[in-house]
Amino acid sequence: MTKKIKNLNLNFGPQHPAAHGVLRLILELDGEVVEKADPHIGLLHRGTEKLIENKTYMQAVPYFDRLDYVAPMNQEHAFALAIEKILEIDVPIRAQFIRVMFCEIGRILSHILNVTTQALDVGALTPSLWGFEERETLMSFYERASGSRLHANYFRAGGVHQDLPAGLENDIAKFCENFPKIINDLENLLTDNRIFKQRNVDIGIVTKEDALDYSFSGVMIRGSGVPWDLRKSQPYDCYDQLEFKIPVGKNGDCYDRYLCRIEEMKESVSIINQCLEKMEKGPIKTFDGKISPPSKKEIKQSMEALIHHFKLFTEGYRVPKDEIYTAVEAPKGEFGVYLISDGSSKPYKCKIRAPGFSHLQSMDYLIRGHMLADVPAVLGSLDIVFGEVDR
Amino acid sequence: MKNLVDLEKKINSELASKIKKTEIKHNQIYIEIEKEDLIDVTLFLKTNNYTKFRQLIDITVVDHPEESQRFKIVYLFLSHEFNQRIILNYFISENEVISSLTSIFPSANWMEREVFDMYGVNFKDHPDLRRILTDYGFEGHPLRKDFPLTGNSEVRYSEDQKKVINEPVKLEQNYRNFDYESPWEGTKYIKDIKETNDKKN
Repeated sequence: MTKKIKNLNLNFGPQHPAAHGVLRLILELDGEVVEKADPHIGLLHRGTEKLIENKTYMQAVPYFDRLDYVAPMNQEHAFALAIEKILEIDVPIRAQFIRVMFCEIGRILSHILNVTTQALDVGALTPSLWGFEERETLMSFYERASGSRLHANYFRAGGVHQDLPAGLENDIAKFCENFPKIINDLENLLTDNRIFKQRNVDIGIVTKEDALDYSFSGVMIRGSGVPWDLRKSQPYDCYDQLEFKIPVGKNGDCYDRYLCRIEEMKESVSIINQCLEKMEKGPIKTFDGKISPPSKKEIKQSMEALIHHFKLFTEGYRVPKDEIYTAVEAPKGEFGVYLISDGSSKPYKCKIRAPGFSHLQSMDYLIRGHMLADVPAVLGSLDIVFGEVDR
Repeated sequence: MKNLVDLEKKINSELASKIKKTEIKHNQIYIEIEKEDLIDVTLFLKTNNYTKFRQLIDITVVDHPEESQRFKIVYLFLSHEFNQRIILNYFISENEVISSLTSIFPSANWMEREVFDMYGVNFKDHPDLRRILTDYGFEGHPLRKDFPLTGNSEVRYSEDQKKVINEPVKLEQNYRNFDYESPWEGTKYIKDIKETNDKKN
């Protein structure tokens, strides 16, 4: 007599520690093998794009912090670049270095979180304890520059909001001295760890072709052996003046992606060091009074500055009618802003291209045929943050 | 092709009948096509040896409610080989159905679902056209310009019914959209007078 066996449908999340936020994943299981995965997203949808359409360009910046809240300034960078390209303003060199430096700090922030939580998902607790200590230090740099640890609101079209406080550059340099040691410690714990390798090697393999077809970017495409990095191929700000390498994986599995992230952190440290070396005193935002607000001192003395200040914080600056797509290499991949301006002080449309969205979409393709226990490992190596996937 | 101008010429000559307009702006090519030619043009861009736009970056819509062809559908492509970006677009009116790119780019799946969710544009031959970002049972299309910023319904826990309920939005104070756009255009007229004076002199 034959017995009919039905597949099991499992509801993974939306409240599951390994779901990295609010992901609801409907898994169809045949025994322990995943037959189909259907991610339900949108539980963190806040309507960012709609809100941005109703705010002036300056008021829209904080919304970008809240997308990928692990590396806030990288997002602001894309938006600032889009406006700068339309307005055709030059950013002072010091501001460029400050922005690039903080973007690399953001990259380290994001990669620490990802590498350590991925380890946590496959059963290692210590890396996250060690890593989070460093994140705390990095976020204190964010705080000293911008006033807040996470939602920085620091980049502006034409530069940054204010200059670095005294002593910050030295402290960042000190951090860069110590941090490679921490990366080594993390590597000692993970890279040759038997359990970590068993859980990650040959799991979630992405071929080159599929990486292209599924619109992968960032570490997801480099892990599969495609040497593609927007910082090199389409350099923005001062990246063309800096020397750094692009780590590329071989097998396209979770383990290669982990290795890429570790190497990228080392490169980021070297970029930060170069920025600190090359940074000279100077202006940190464009002088155009129609775009960047005057200093408090000027407002007290100059009528024109006072008018500029008033107009900037009520009406905001106007951006001529145009259409543009700008992308930056955020820690998770290509983060883009497709901006349409209509000549008023508010964007007509601002589409945000989040890397995590297309990465998560491939979940079904990646996990099919794997075991249930591999779901957290694959999900961890995709580097998903729901702030940007759901927008 | 590495050179943007050559690439534009190449596309124009190969697809002459299908291209309505091309333009180079901000180091990217903007192409306008007809709705019917989408699949042909995309296949050409993806497979041709001179273009190789093998990655679909995003699909989105721009809403102009005052026009008869209300939606502008926008496709962003990237070519790794030649390091180029292309922005493809065409216009449709409200109830038109457009073809899906899922057979060419699997990643179009969610992007089209998002467009469907946010703008209510329908795709034919899409394997799984459901809402994606909004709540289960949501009504309306939030990114349309005529959808209110505050939304139409709000969710709260009702102490009387002991469950979460949906009800129309009640605002203590209406959403206030301050219009700061100045009615006068700064000092333009002074400049005009100066210029005309200069000419006279």
